[in-house]
Amino acid sequence: MSAICFYFQIHQPFRLRPYRFFDIGRNHDYYDETTNPAIIKKIAEKCYLPANEIIHNLICRHNGNFKVSFSISGSALDQFERYAPEILTSFQKLVDTGCVELLAETYAHSLASVASKKEFRRQVSQHVGKIYNIFGQHPKVFRNTELIYNDAVAHQVADMGFNGILTEGADSILAHKSPNYVYLAHTPSELKVLLKNYKLSDDIAFRFSDQSWNQWPLSADKYVHWLNRLPEQHHVINLFMDYETFGEHQWADSGIFNFLQELPEQILSSSGFSFVHPSEALNKFEPIDILSVPHTISWADEARDLSAWLGNSLQCDAFESLYKLKKKVRRCENPEILRDWQYLQASDHFYYMSTKDFADGQVHNYFNPYPSPYLAFINYMNVLSDFEVRLNKCLRTKARLIKHKQLIENLLRDEKRSLEASVKV
Amino acid sequence: MFGWEFPPHISGGLGTACYGIVTGLLREEVEVIFVIPKLYGDENSEAFRLVSASDVLINTNKPVTRKWSERLQYIEAQSPLAPYTSFDQPEVKCTETVEIRETEVMEKYPLQRFEMTGKYGTELMQEVHKYAVVASEIASTYNFDIIHVHDWLTFPAGIAASEASGKPLIAHIHATEYDRSGININQAVFDIEKEGMQQADHVIAVSDYTRKIIIDKYEIDPNKVSVIHNGISSKDNEAVHSSKGIQEKVVTFMGRITYQKGPEYFVEAARKVLDVIPNVRFVMAGGGDLMNTMIERVAELKMSSRFHFTGFLNGSEVDKMYGMSDVFVMPSVSEPFGIAPLEAIKANVPVIISKQSGVSEVLKNAIKVDFWDVDALADAIAALLQYNSLSGLFRDHGKNDIKVLNWQRSASVIKEVYIRQLKSSSPEISR
Repeated sequence: MSAICFYFQIHQPFRLRPYRFFDIGRNHDYYDETTNPAIIKKIAEKCYLPANEIIHNLICRHNGNFKVSFSISGSALDQFERYAPEILTSFQKLVDTGCVELLAETYAHSLASVASKKEFRRQVSQHVGKIYNIFGQHPKVFRNTELIYNDAVAHQVADMGFNGILTEGADSILAHKSPNYVYLAHTPSELKVLLKNYKLSDDIAFRFSDQSWNQWPLSADKYVHWLNRLPEQHHVINLFMDYETFGEHQWADSGIFNFLQELPEQILSSSGFSFVHPSEALNKFEPIDILSVPHTISWADEARDLSAWLGNSLQCDAFESLYKLKKKVRRCENPEILRDWQYLQASDHFYYMSTKDFADGQVHNYFNPYPSPYLAFINYMNVLSDFEVRLNKCLRTKARLIKHKQLIENLLRDEKRSLEASVKV
Repeated sequence: MFGWEFPPHISGGLGTACYGIVTGLLREEVEVIFVIPKLYGDENSEAFRLVSASDVLINTNKPVTRKWSERLQYIEAQSPLAPYTSFDQPEVKCTETVEIRETEVMEKYPLQRFEMTGKYGTELMQEVHKYAVVASEIASTYNFDIIHVHDWLTFPAGIAASEASGKPLIAHIHATEYDRSGININQAVFDIEKEGMQQADHVIAVSDYTRKIIIDKYEIDPNKVSVIHNGISSKDNEAVHSSKGIQEKVVTFMGRITYQKGPEYFVEAARKVLDVIPNVRFVMAGGGDLMNTMIERVAELKMSSRFHFTGFLNGSEVDKMYGMSDVFVMPSVSEPFGIAPLEAIKANVPVIISKQSGVSEVLKNAIKVDFWDVDALADAIAALLQYNSLSGLFRDHGKNDIKVLNWQRSASVIKEVYIRQLKSSSPEISR
C-alpha cells in the first residue's frame, strides 16, 4: 500500500535592523525588534495557530491515521519563545498526540553544510538538543536548509547517526526515475533518502491560488483523483512544503484551509493511500536504488541549486567573510557572541543579496525586507564587521585573563619554592 | 546673481560655493540679488529675516550682519515677486530644441507662471529654459549693474537677463561637462555651456585646470577667462573628535560615487594596500550611480569585510566621518576645484588628491598622484598609514595651505572683475 508523507518547514530568521557604518564598534544590537515580533505575531495568527488547530482536529478524529512531520529551525523556536509563546504551546499540543515527527536541521537554518563540517555538526546537534528540550523528541531524520543536498552532505549526515535525509526530487538527479520511492544515499554507511515530489507539492504550495493555472481551482477531490492515477507500485508520495503555505503564501480566502481540512479525509476515505512519518517510510519501504549526487541541489528557484544564496560575488564575499571567523568563534566562549554567530549564519541574509531577476526574482522580492540586494549586502557587512570587532575584543580579553592566571600561578609556585627552600635551610 | 541651489537644499558643492561667494561679496559691500529656481520654506524665512527691518534692529550689535541683511535679497523665480498670474495648470510646452529664443516663449505665454523644482530631475533641460524665461522678466524688474551666473543650468537665464537688461554677463564655471562625463559628453549641455561662455563678457574659472579646459575644449578667448580659486568657510566648527568604534586606521573616499570622482581607482588601490597592511579599513562615503558597481567590485576583490559603504551622509555625519579618518583620498578623474580635501585638512586629516584637480594648484601639503596611477595611490596611502612622521607633517602644515583660502578673498577678486567689467562695458559709469 502506498503512503503519503507530509513534511512542513517552519523557519523565521532574525532579520537585521538598519545598521549603519557608524554603528560599527559602538552598537551591538543587530536585530529588528519591531519587524521580527510583528512578523511572528502576524504569521502565528494567519497560519501557525489556525493550521495547527485543523491538524490537531484531524489527528484526533482519525485516531492516529493522519500523520505529519515538521522541521522547525532553532531561530524560529527562539522567536516563538520570545515573542509568541502560545505558538510553542500549540505545537507542543500537536506533538503530544504522538502523530507528529520532528526532523533535525541546522539551528539557524544556515548554509553550514557547504561551509564547514565541524560547524555543520555543531549546529545540528544544537538543534537536536533544542527540539529535545522543547518537545521531548529525539529527531532521527535530517532535513538540510532548503533541502540542500550532495553526496558529501549525505556522508556527514550519516556519520551523525541519522537514519535518513530529505531532499528535492530534482530532475537533474532523478533523470527518468520517480521520486516516489525510498533511495539509498551514495555514502559508505547506510543513509536513506526521501525525495520531494515537487509537482504535487508545488500544486499546493505555489499554484493553489494561481487563477491563471489551468487546474485552478484545486479541490481535495481533484487532488485525490490525481493521487489515484499514480502507478500502484509507487511507494511514498513526499509532499514537502513551507508551513506558511497555509494562510500566508496562500491566503485564507483562497480556500487553502478547507483544502487542508478536506484532503486527509478524502485520502483516507477514497484512496488506497495511508499517511506515514518520514522514519516510518524509511523502515517500511525497501530502497529501490542508489542515488549519486555529486553536485549540490536544493529546493530553491528554477535552478534547484545554491545560486539563490551563493550566486553572485556579493553573496560569496559575505559568505567567506563570515566563515573566515569560525575558528575564532570556537575559541570564544561568550554566549552572546555564540548566539549572534548562529543568527548571522541564517541563509536568509544571503538570499536577500540575490541579484536574480525574472520569475525567481519575484519570489526573492516577496521574502526580502530590503529595497535592493546591495543595501542588504551593506547592512549585513556592517553588522558582520561589528561582530568581528567584538570577537577580537573577546579573544584579547580571554588571552589577557589566561596570561594573568599564569602569572599568578607562577608567582604562587615561586613563593612555594622559596618557602620550601627556606624550610630546608 | 543666478544660481540653482542654495543651502540647506544642496546636492553638491555648487550651493555651498554660491553661499560662500554671496557672503564674501556682502562683506565686500556688494549688493546681491540672488535668484534660484525654487525656494523652500527654510531659506525663505531666513531671507525674510534678513531683509526685515525688525530683524535688522535686533541685530544692531552685529553691524556686519546688519549690513548683509540690508543688501541681500533672495528672489524665488516662481514667487509672486515676479509679476506672473498663476494658472491652475502651469503646463509649459517648452520645445525640445535647445536653440529656441526665450523671448519668443515669453511672447507666446505672456501670462504664464512657471513652476520649477530646482532639482536635477528628468525635465532638467525644460526647467533650465523656463528659468531663462523668468530671468528675462526679473532682469527688467530689478535694478542691478552686473549679471553673474553659476554653471550651465543658469546660463540661458543669464543670457536672457543680459539681453533684457543690456547689463554685462559673467559666467562662473564650477564644473564643465567634461568633468562630469569624461569623453561621453552630453552635446546639448556642452552647447549651452559654450554659448554661455561665448556670450559672457567675462568667464571666471575655479582653477587653472578648469581654465585650460575652457580654452582648449570650448575655444573661449583666453583673454576673457580668469582664475579665482574657491574658499572654504571659516566659521565651521573645529574637527570633531568622535571616538572611533573601530581600532583600525580608516582611509576615506567621500563624495558622489560617479565617474568624475574616480571611485574605481580608490577601490583598486584599497586591494593593493590591504595585501600588505591587512588591518586597515576603507570607507566609501556617499551615493551615486556607480555605487552598486563599486560594491560588486569590492566583493569580487574579496575585501568586503574591510571596505565599507555608508550611503549618503548628512552634515553632522560628514563631520563624524572626517573625525574618524586617518587618510582622505580624492582620486577625481577631473575635478575643477574640489572642496572636500580642504575640509579634510581642516579636520586634521592628511589628504591624497589627484593631479587632475583644481585644488592641487593651491595645496602644497598634500600627496598628489595621477588618478589612473593605482600603484602610486596605493603607495601613498600605505606611506601615510605606516609613517606617522609623514602624516603628522601633513597634518601640521596642511592648515597653512587653507588659511589663505577664504571666501572673502575670492569675493574681493570677483569684485575687481565686476569693476573692470563695468568700466569696460560702460565707460561713462565710474564707481
